[in-house]
Amino acid sequence: MPFNIYDFSGTTKAVDQFLYSTMSPTWAFVVELAIVGIIILLVYAVVGLYLVYAERKVCAFMQNRVGPNRVGKWGLIQTIADLIKLLMKELVVIRKADQLLFNIAPFILIIASFMAIAAIPFAKGLQAVDFNIGVFYMMAVSSIGVIGTLLAGWSSNSKYSLIGAIRSGAQVVSYELSVGLSLLAVVIFSGSMQLSVIIESQANGWWIFKGHIPAIIAFVMFLVASTAEINRGPFDLAEAESELTAGFHTEYSGIRFAFFFLGEYMNMFIVASLAATVFLGGWMPLHIGNLAGFNHVMDFIPPIVWYFGKTVFIIYVIMWFKWTFPRLRIDQLLTLEWKYLLPINLVNILVIAFIVLMGWYIK
Amino acid sequence: MEKEQLGLVLAELFPAMEVVTSGEHVRVKAAPAEFHKLATTLRDDSRFQFDFLFNLYGVDREDKFSLIYNFESTKLGHIIDIETDLADHDNPVMDTVSDLWKTAEFQEREIYDLMGVKFSNHPDLRRLFLEDGWGFPLRKDYKDDINFIER
Amino acid sequence: MQEVEFSDILTAQEDGDYIVNIGPQHPSTHGVMRFVVSLKGEMLDYVVPHCGYIHRGIEKMCERMTYPQIIHLTDRMDYLSAHMNNEAVSILVEKALGVEVPERVKYIRTILSELQRIASHQLWWAAFGMDMGGLTCFFYGLRDREKILDIFEESFGSRLLHSFICPGGLMGDIHPNFQKRTKEFITYFRKKLPEYDQLLTGNIIFEQRTKGMGIMSKEDAISFGATGPTGRGSNFACDIRKKFPYSAYDKVDFKEILYTEGDSWARYKVRVDEMWESMKIIEQLIDNIPEGDYSTKMKPIIKLPEGEYSQRVETAKGDLGVFVVSKGEKYPYRMHFRTPNFSNLFVISQLCKGNKIADLIAISGSLDLVIPDIDR
Repeated sequence: MPFNIYDFSGTTKAVDQFLYSTMSPTWAFVVELAIVGIIILLVYAVVGLYLVYAERKVCAFMQNRVGPNRVGKWGLIQTIADLIKLLMKELVVIRKADQLLFNIAPFILIIASFMAIAAIPFAKGLQAVDFNIGVFYMMAVSSIGVIGTLLAGWSSNSKYSLIGAIRSGAQVVSYELSVGLSLLAVVIFSGSMQLSVIIESQANGWWIFKGHIPAIIAFVMFLVASTAEINRGPFDLAEAESELTAGFHTEYSGIRFAFFFLGEYMNMFIVASLAATVFLGGWMPLHIGNLAGFNHVMDFIPPIVWYFGKTVFIIYVIMWFKWTFPRLRIDQLLTLEWKYLLPINLVNILVIAFIVLMGWYIK
Repeated sequence: MEKEQLGLVLAELFPAMEVVTSGEHVRVKAAPAEFHKLATTLRDDSRFQFDFLFNLYGVDREDKFSLIYNFESTKLGHIIDIETDLADHDNPVMDTVSDLWKTAEFQEREIYDLMGVKFSNHPDLRRLFLEDGWGFPLRKDYKDDINFIER
Repeated sequence: MQEVEFSDILTAQEDGDYIVNIGPQHPSTHGVMRFVVSLKGEMLDYVVPHCGYIHRGIEKMCERMTYPQIIHLTDRMDYLSAHMNNEAVSILVEKALGVEVPERVKYIRTILSELQRIASHQLWWAAFGMDMGGLTCFFYGLRDREKILDIFEESFGSRLLHSFICPGGLMGDIHPNFQKRTKEFITYFRKKLPEYDQLLTGNIIFEQRTKGMGIMSKEDAISFGATGPTGRGSNFACDIRKKFPYSAYDKVDFKEILYTEGDSWARYKVRVDEMWESMKIIEQLIDNIPEGDYSTKMKPIIKLPEGEYSQRVETAKGDLGVFVVSKGEKYPYRMHFRTPNFSNLFVISQLCKGNKIADLIAISGSLDLVIPDIDR
């Protein structure tokens, strides 16, 4: 990397050394955890709220409307006002619901997405934990969310919720496979599961360009499968408001409902950042081969802008899906996964393994 | 078939029935006892082919109930009205034609619901609009002290 | 005749059935309709429609109202076909009294009916897309429907329940801008209707959800009395405008849209094509509205001669029949409405057999049900 002013690893190292030099290692560790936790929480809240705002604006754009434009400039603090409203709303206690499970279900969903965000590299050095199995960790953690959905549907003691939850279970378990396999494509290319290594391997070009057609196939597969995994339209069968009113969160009210809502948007964010990281180079600027001048100009754009630009682009595509497509039926959804996506993915993996073995990709 | 011709053929087939051709459509006055037989003939006879029961309604004529069936043949294009009078005003019972025309099942349920005409052999005779225990509002002697303003 | 026992219990229901109530307050029933659905997993075991949640007893109310008053009740049956409902009663009264209305009235009635039909189909298209999960469709449909409602509003001050067509003619003359704005709308909508196809028709998900779903044979359509676009999707030629022309329909050239498949897709295509046909009808009439009175002189109190009268018109949903038994008074002795949605609704139990719960919504959407028309 020729240009390093945007490297955050120096800053974080300095903070780390300062903490360890002023207090005992245990305390330094605790304080570090607290700082990281608070920062992630803030990022989480801000991103969540503005994703809801973005969704409403994108949706309005697709539907010839204006969207929120009253609270704040361009309606920018509309979702904050909504959140305050939801916070003040009554939490309806359902007598025949399983209280314990009913109450913890939204938290499981939130915690799952919260854990996943820890491993996302926002910029060089701006990553809470850099696991050597980062991709695997993201996959594992994001699947915990479905337990929250299932519990919510089961404990509500409502038939709509139960159908929604069972659908969601079937859907997430199925599409997990395709998500994993399409991520595996890049893992094979880069030879590592560590997210920072995957990003570094894209310094001379993103995998979607370097990996030829198989990488593009994997990218498309990932987009489709992950849209389904996060239960968004056209795969929003777990909610399916025209059939099941609101699916698994029919019975939730107030801030518990907001948690599900926020969780859904954060899952979308996580999926989009994973796609951006793995296929589009994460915070890595756009570099084209030997065009040194061009590459140098690109380096001036901060990595965090690159990262959010790519993520927002993918989020926009996912929103675009939702607002233009009708919903699939559950059997069509599972057919799509088991009869089309999975076989294509398996063949794709084989092809990629062969390409890597022969060294036919751009190194 | 033309209206007059249809009336002639019907009068020939069912001499006991009164066939009126002066109105807009042919109108046959049938007795309730032989109505089902007449209906079967109307549907299945190749000269009639009344396959479309487009309407069925009842009239409370204070001393009796009249049920009026409006049939249309989608193949031959002619229309016939059949009127049956149920003389027993307190407990009117009629044979169902829901085995011949599926729409009759629901039209009959509506008549049962609003007029209290019962249809024997009906597969699922429940009230359609109103609650159980409600009166039969389309009867002329229906009284509702709460929601009704007498003029 | 033997004494028969009648039960008020749902006969199909057994213990252990997984019953889900779709409605009465459910976003996809388009009103207060309730479907009792028994599920086996995602599969539908049986569907039993329950109506009556907005039963207002219009037929009973009619018995205490004069004919001009009844006009205002008919609006409230199928509120998306208000003009056609008004027209049905008006034509019936005119026919019974032997009144001939001016040509101008006939032309305007036809144009209004066709505009209303387009508006109804637009709303249906919008809601159908929404039932399928394509929420954007709703706004596209309503955007264009708004233009028609604006035309209506300018001419007679109301957007939904017009009560504009009355016995003897019209309540008032059309607005001077009416012709201009209608023509503008036709030019506008000819450009916009292809957008509907772009958004929904060619979509592979939409095709999979509708093609081959809820197949109704022609025999079933006739036997159930499913008329209108619902019946015409099953190749049942039931267009009253063609069979028994009224108003100015005998003077215009249009095609009766028929599809043979009988599935949701066919019903969808019938309605989309009907919008094109309706525009054609309006274009033929809008420039040729004859000059003259907008109404004939009617007696202040309309009394129908003793007898029984009937009139059928084609609303946006199908075959609307009005049946009057008169005893020569100013009130009808008995008034009955054969509403198209009533017959169209009960097909659903048969169409849904062996399909999934998501198909129930898609199929009921393709039937284009307006619940107040069922309950009356």
